Amino acid sequence: MKDLSIKTSLAPSPKGKVGLGLLKIATAGSVDDGKSTLIGRILYDTKSLTSDKLEAIEKTSKQKGYDYLDFSLATDGLVAEREQGITIDVAHIYFSTAKKSYIIADTPGHVEYTRNMVTGASTSQAAIILIDARKGVIEQTNRHFFINNLLRVKDVVVTINKMDLVDFSEQRYNEIKADFSELMGKRDYQDQNITFIPVSALKGDNVVHKSENMAWYKGQTLLEHLEDLDMAAISNLGTPRFPVQYVIRPKTEDFHDFRGFAGKVYGGELSVGDEVVALPSLTKSKIKEIYFYDKKYQTASRRSSVTITLEDEINVSRGDMIVKVGDLPTIDKQFTATISWMDSEKLQVGNKYIVQHGVNKVLAKVETIHHKIHPDYSGIDTNIEALGMNDIAEVSFKLNKPIFFDGFKKHRTNGSFILINTKSNSTVGAGFIQ
Amino acid sequence: MNNTSHINPLEHEAIYIFREVAAQFEKPVLLFSGGKDSITLVRLAQKAFWPAKIPFPLMHIDTGHNFPETIAFRDKLVKELGLQLIVRNVQDAIDQGKVKEESGKYSSRNSLQTTTLLDAIEEFKFDACIGGARRDEEKARAKERIFSVRDDFGQWDEKNQRPELFDMLNGQIELGQNVRVFPISNWTELDVWSYIEKEEIEIPSIYFAHKRKIFLRDGLIWSHSDYVYQEEDEEVLERMVRFRTVGDMSCTAAVFSDASDIASVVQEIRDSTISERGARIDDKRSEAAMEKRKQQGYF
Ligand SMILES: Nc1nc2c(ncn2[C@@H]2O[C@H](COP(=O)(O)OP(=O)(O)O)[C@@H](O)[C@H]2O)c(=O)[nH]1
Repeated sequence: MKDLSIKTSLAPSPKGKVGLGLLKIATAGSVDDGKSTLIGRILYDTKSLTSDKLEAIEKTSKQKGYDYLDFSLATDGLVAEREQGITIDVAHIYFSTAKKSYIIADTPGHVEYTRNMVTGASTSQAAIILIDARKGVIEQTNRHFFINNLLRVKDVVVTINKMDLVDFSEQRYNEIKADFSELMGKRDYQDQNITFIPVSALKGDNVVHKSENMAWYKGQTLLEHLEDLDMAAISNLGTPRFPVQYVIRPKTEDFHDFRGFAGKVYGGELSVGDEVVALPSLTKSKIKEIYFYDKKYQTASRRSSVTITLEDEINVSRGDMIVKVGDLPTIDKQFTATISWMDSEKLQVGNKYIVQHGVNKVLAKVETIHHKIHPDYSGIDTNIEALGMNDIAEVSFKLNKPIFFDGFKKHRTNGSFILINTKSNSTVGAGFIQ
Repeated sequence: MNNTSHINPLEHEAIYIFREVAAQFEKPVLLFSGGKDSITLVRLAQKAFWPAKIPFPLMHIDTGHNFPETIAFRDKLVKELGLQLIVRNVQDAIDQGKVKEESGKYSSRNSLQTTTLLDAIEEFKFDACIGGARRDEEKARAKERIFSVRDDFGQWDEKNQRPELFDMLNGQIELGQNVRVFPISNWTELDVWSYIEKEEIEIPSIYFAHKRKIFLRDGLIWSHSDYVYQEEDEEVLERMVRFRTVGDMSCTAAVFSDASDIASVVQEIRDSTISERGARIDDKRSEAAMEKRKQQGYF
């Protein structure tokens, strides 16, 4: 066999930034709190804006008659959006420093866009919640915090913006901090790290550079905080789960009997020699080899996309799951979950949807809607018949086949699923299993 | 080797996406332009399915105005890796009167590719087209999904996109629909170049500094060629240049450069203050150019 690879060391390249930590950040703020300005400011101060973009910003700022640079222009998007003057969907912004690569999922903060916030938070390890220092904690802030807590985003930075408009007042900062701390008492996920930073996105205080106007603030700037986040510490660990995506059977002379199970490792790690069980067949075997491309490894770490072979010839196909012996997930045909509904067509008791749980798909029927949850900590509504767009609720489902799940609190990946409309094929909701 | 802990998360994400495509679709195809992004895709696909072959063909929509170096490179790569290559020519659509060749100063065949692409999708009944687009390239791309559903007319409805949560990719479609898949959505230009360096991936020679006949217009460096319209007063010069992106000759501008190997290219990108698309002539035509083209079914 011809060796196709030239070099496949998995060590990070000393020169390239490939291999450095990748931090995904979700943002939340109400319209005009300064989210676009903040992101633009980060890009500008980290020298991530290219000269053609900067030129465009200078030009447009001048056209609009501003005496400052309107950094919000660095992130504006689609034509439709520019017409409406608001962000309407999740946009992704990229920048990097010597330490880390960052992806900001910019999500709008209106009430009606809960679905976008849930989507952005689902792939993020950190979140920036923006507060306008003049307005303080408002109802929207409760929602932003609720969603990031529900989605168990590990690190939340409460960024108090427009400090220049409140005379950089420490007292105002402390008031807002106290109001927010009241909210923190209500949260379900107590282990979330929460940090407060007073900034002026427009003027650049405490975003990348330390503020001279707020000498009373002794903490880190926003970027310093993000730079120092320990990627391992903010990852969601659990026990190893290996959902099989694809079975590799080359059927070539060199690899006549090769049967590799391709997939991504979630939660923990798997090693050669581990005793494992394949679900749903419950057949036991041992891990024989772990491949990444054409190289063998002893251990497959979290989030690596590898190919595994087993000692025994057992029947495993897409949608099955390989786990360690003695560490089984729940195998059941029913569950209760917190649902974030994302479609204009209502979810009703008796409706059928496809549940996509990782790479596994089953048919599900809505059994009961227990109650709707106000996503601002203000309570619940019982006797609910149906869910509309942006509703969050506790719902029980019955499935046509068992799936292999963990509670969302224990396992962020293996405890979540999406709901697919059987007719339109759209993704209409997300769920977090109890 | 010991463990996979020093992983490049972007690479592992892309491999995951490739495997989802192979599992969820009947007839995927990898859209191959001969550029660095699609060459990177080929390497990632190799990794995703090794020791099996890449389980889908490549397709090149050839404008007929490509750099000869790109075509030679394409044919060599396909041969070496034993891949299946489909080529469909924009010239055929022009000959059949389906599209009209542009003329004049800024004429390009770039936007004409759409018709040929949609015809080919219909001809082969492809249900997933894998492309090398990245979200950092351009504003309108920043909202593109990893699995982006297109209707029968290849149109993109940016207001009606499926939310993508966690790692879950929903590839359910109706007959006649197809999905555009972007495995390197989350990579930046520097990520791609660093990866090419680290993996020692071969790329066409025009990415490296070379002597070329060029002319200057609107602050951009244009290739002097039969395919590129040139005014009489636009003087032909010979300079050391290289290309940062390689599309059709009529829509790709060069940069002055002495970077003759991959390490110096990576360094140059790292120090660079102009975005990659700043060197794409077609995007300069109008601010909302890309978005409009996408709604009409462009890659
Ligand atoms: N004075 C002051 N104005 C700000 C600050 N941040 C944003 N703004 C202004 O607030 C307005 C809304 O900002 P923008 O970034 O568009 O808000 P978004 O809707 O959250 O993206 C704009 O006029 C900004 O210039 C700040 O720190 N101080």
